[in-house]
Amino acid sequence: MGRALAVIIWIITLLSVLLFVSGKWWFPAAISEHAPALDRQFMITILVVGISFTAAQIGLGWMVWKYRDTGSRSDRAIYTHGSNRLEVLWTIITAIVFISLGVMGQSVWASLRLHDAPAGSYSVEVVAQQFQWNFHYAGKDGKFGRTDPKLIDDGSLNFVGLDSSDAAAADDAVTSALAIPVNRPVELRLRSKDVIHNFWVPQLRFKQDLVPGMEIKVHFTANKVGKYELACAELCGQLHYKMKSYMLVLPEDEIQALQVLPQEQFQAKMVELLNKYPLPNY
Amino acid sequence: MSAETHEGVHRHPAPTSFIRKYIFSTDHKVIGIQYIMLALAAVAVGMVMSLLMRLNLSWPGTSWPILGTLFPTGAPGGVMNPEFYLSLVTMHGTIMVFFVLTTAPQGGFGNYFLPIQIGAEDMAFPVLNMLSFWVTLVGFMVILLAIFVEGNQSIGQWFSALGPSFTGGSGTVGPIGGWTGYAPLSALGKIAGPGQGAGMNLWVISIAIFCVGSLLGALNFITTLLNMRTKGMSLMRMPLTCWAWFTTAVLALLSFPVLLGGGILLLLDRIAGTSFFIPSGLYVSGLLSGSNPNFPLHTGGSPILWQHLFWFFGHPEVYIAILPGMGATSHILSTFARKPVFGYRAMVFAIFAIGLLGFFVWGHHMFISGMSPYSAIAFSVLTLSIGVPSAVKTFNWIGTLWGARIRFTSAMLFALGFVSLFVAGGITGLILGQSSLDLAMHDTYIVTAHFHLVMGVASIFGMFAAIYFWLPKMFGRFMDETLGRIHFWLTFVGVYTIFVPMHIMGIVGMPRRYASFGEYEFLRTLHPLVLLVSVAAVITIAAQLIFYFNLFWSIFKGKRASDNPWEATTLEWTTATPPPHDNFAGVLPTVYHGPYEFAVPGAPNDFVMQTDVGADVPSGDGHNGHKH
Amino acid sequence: MSGPTCQAVTATMVTSTKKIPTRGIGSGGGFPGPNGKKPGGNGWHGGGDRSKRKFSPAAYRITMWVLLAAIVMMFAALSSVYVMSSEEQRRVVAMPPMFFVSTVLILVSSGTFQRAKRSLKLEEPRAYFRWLLATLALGCCFLVSQLVGWRELTRAGVYFKEHPRSTFFYVITALHGAHLIGGIALVLFLIVRRARRVLPLNTEKNATWTGIVGLYWHMMDGIWIWLFLLLLIFK
Repeated sequence: MGRALAVIIWIITLLSVLLFVSGKWWFPAAISEHAPALDRQFMITILVVGISFTAAQIGLGWMVWKYRDTGSRSDRAIYTHGSNRLEVLWTIITAIVFISLGVMGQSVWASLRLHDAPAGSYSVEVVAQQFQWNFHYAGKDGKFGRTDPKLIDDGSLNFVGLDSSDAAAADDAVTSALAIPVNRPVELRLRSKDVIHNFWVPQLRFKQDLVPGMEIKVHFTANKVGKYELACAELCGQLHYKMKSYMLVLPEDEIQALQVLPQEQFQAKMVELLNKYPLPNY
Repeated sequence: MSAETHEGVHRHPAPTSFIRKYIFSTDHKVIGIQYIMLALAAVAVGMVMSLLMRLNLSWPGTSWPILGTLFPTGAPGGVMNPEFYLSLVTMHGTIMVFFVLTTAPQGGFGNYFLPIQIGAEDMAFPVLNMLSFWVTLVGFMVILLAIFVEGNQSIGQWFSALGPSFTGGSGTVGPIGGWTGYAPLSALGKIAGPGQGAGMNLWVISIAIFCVGSLLGALNFITTLLNMRTKGMSLMRMPLTCWAWFTTAVLALLSFPVLLGGGILLLLDRIAGTSFFIPSGLYVSGLLSGSNPNFPLHTGGSPILWQHLFWFFGHPEVYIAILPGMGATSHILSTFARKPVFGYRAMVFAIFAIGLLGFFVWGHHMFISGMSPYSAIAFSVLTLSIGVPSAVKTFNWIGTLWGARIRFTSAMLFALGFVSLFVAGGITGLILGQSSLDLAMHDTYIVTAHFHLVMGVASIFGMFAAIYFWLPKMFGRFMDETLGRIHFWLTFVGVYTIFVPMHIMGIVGMPRRYASFGEYEFLRTLHPLVLLVSVAAVITIAAQLIFYFNLFWSIFKGKRASDNPWEATTLEWTTATPPPHDNFAGVLPTVYHGPYEFAVPGAPNDFVMQTDVGADVPSGDGHNGHKH
Repeated sequence: MSGPTCQAVTATMVTSTKKIPTRGIGSGGGFPGPNGKKPGGNGWHGGGDRSKRKFSPAAYRITMWVLLAAIVMMFAALSSVYVMSSEEQRRVVAMPPMFFVSTVLILVSSGTFQRAKRSLKLEEPRAYFRWLLATLALGCCFLVSQLVGWRELTRAGVYFKEHPRSTFFYVITALHGAHLIGGIALVLFLIVRRARRVLPLNTEKNATWTGIVGLYWHMMDGIWIWLFLLLLIFK
């Protein structure tokens, strides 16, 4: 029984490790500037995790193989209550490894979250609502028109509550897909109309909740042109799994051309661009 | 080896009527069994729900006629709709976390064995103990009602007498919110869509009731342990199970009141129209807050506040679920390794360190919630430091096996399985605890995999080990070993097959709580894995039928057990099997040794019981250092 | 692999020739059985005749402290609501004057309870009874003052449903009041027991009960002061 258990533990360990190193399933290729650092930190962590996991399972298997009661031995187990020296040793080692891993892990976080978006970032307002994404673009003047929850009217398609009497709102556009420039910092101003949603593009390697009553700003730089799927990653109700949109990362000329268009043409152009760019191969 | 009774020693008179003896019993042993039975019922419900979820994920659109009959609104024609799936997610999580992982390890085994292991005749307050069980049971009834009140017109109408907040029949089978019930989705009421009506009210009420029941239990555990240890049972001579139950009780005591407070506020938001978790200016389902009688004006609430209150409770709750499993594992490993626990003192400190740190890491559930990015750094580093006492425990378990003479009973197999699964599940905490990596990992299947392995499956393995180990004491009969081993092999391999691939799904980016993955191209490559997980889940869940059969068959027909069949050392094995009403037949034991004196050189047997006098054992306060 | 060893094993295994240590074992004669053969008890818990549970003051005191820890946690959690609620549309809520009266009432009631406790120590049954009655009366007055305070709040335009901060005034005082009603019930319990002469005045049981009711009462006092300061200072 001891040997059987040891072998099963080792096989499970081997298969688990194989599944991870097979490369058949892994992150989708990253498209943001901070992603390589995050992926590197992930690789370091998963290496530590993998080694610890494998070592512990091999050790466990070894113990149950070696020290099974064969029935033939009349002698007893080793009588010991432990070793203070060992306890201190492995406490210190794990503390050093785990905590330095934790501290190392903060660099990506700090670069993304501890300061504001750089000047000249391309800003988009993201307004989530149950099972739909709305993206509000500032238009030619680079200024967002005033919005007010009181003006929201889904029936007449004013999803973000744009105040048409505000001069800055005249050139604004609101669409259901996100278009951002490549290689330029992007700032998203995230809001929600109803419940908590979450902005999630796997290729960007970041998520952020959209919390009603708060405007949360995040920034990143995308560095690969293309069309990517955008999902909601916080349970928001019945059709949570269908709350889908696309993020287009466009070359500078296309985004320039797009952002000067008035609402109707903006939308038409958006549809055209969404058809133009294919999704990455998975 | 029943105790010889003195003349003139009076026993507690055992109640004679059926109702006092088995239903409204104040005997901690009966209450313990009641808790275990409650957990067995709850886990069956929870498992069936997980089965249904897997069926829906792997074979969407398939018609399951039985389902159509049971839940005409949730699965019309037998095909599950997304709100049905989401209410299954919610109910599965809530039932498993509260009514299984909190009741069985603590209320069940803790109730039964803590008084016996410290040499007490009962809990400090037996009536309070009975009350805590019945309160918990009422909580369970209410949560079951939450499934049906909305899905079934007739039940829904019956509830309408309680007022509009409880009128059901809105077309789902239960509340939707996940076990975390994030506001404002959970706070807004019916306007926020299916699953936010009467069922959600009952969900909150059920959890509040559960909090009260657990608090009463925790009071009793702490007082009993501090005040009722028998002569010679110093703290450092207690079995590690007692340390685990004690720490768990302290965690419950300090965390459940916070959830209770939060639950009261959430309920007020839902039925009294207050705004604790609801900010102003919401526009839900086409209506602006305050513009319509169906959606009153809300101002000034904070959705993140609910998360703080919930996770301040929720993180200690994870340890409430796993600590008793750790205790049972240490206990059983030592017994069947025929060897003292390696580093008893370190084990005690590790339990305490885990419990203490558990109160300062709740923020790691909220890295991307919009809370301060600076506090995220503190939470992240503190979280990784919890890995240290966890690793210390693992090292000590493996140390206990070193140089052992392992007897592979079913109980031991499950205890070893616990160690393996605890490592597998716990180690990924190093990934999820880092705020940076959480940016990619949050709310994906890697989270599901992580907490299912470590707090779900590992804890359950601890409980399986406990039940195979202690059933002979509780009912005087062994579980069948052959069936036990089959159960172990199928479950052990099964849970790994279910949860290891889920890590991969998380890395690819599969979000949790999706009723279907068909919408997204980037998830298509995962379909073989989804199918594999579902097949493994069906087999693993089917394997649990073996366990249920074995358990109930053994209680009545199993091989009879003697008083100390495993040749163990702690006090529960010194008394009769099953123990008499007052545990020690009127004479409380006196303790002379530490709890795990196996393989003592020179002793006639390879185990020295805690009550044995005269064996040449150092008085054994769990000291470290080699003794030969 | 070796299966479980199932034969009965007696725990009485004293075959060593070493002298049996006699720690705690009073009576000689025969080997001690698994249960030590001698009525147990760790000194805190007593031993001997177990046909009736021995009254354990420590058990009650520990339980009361532990219960109070839980109650404090709940009020701490609720206080965080007050501190964290959003600033938008928040109005400054003026402390209703009646709450100052409440504060005085509850402070004095703690004093009267202390007097009752001292009378018990000095074995003055009438004074004990009178001070308990005074505490009870002050407790009831406190509750009434809270209700009046609520009316003052609504008159000042602070409504239950307005903003978390205004709701908080009502919820937190209601919860504290509910807990205080528990305290009043406990005091009433002492009074009734005294009035019906259930126990002689100077028993350990009476002292313990008076002690833990006092703990509870003072803690309710403390929680009120904390809430009062919170409401007063965090505007």
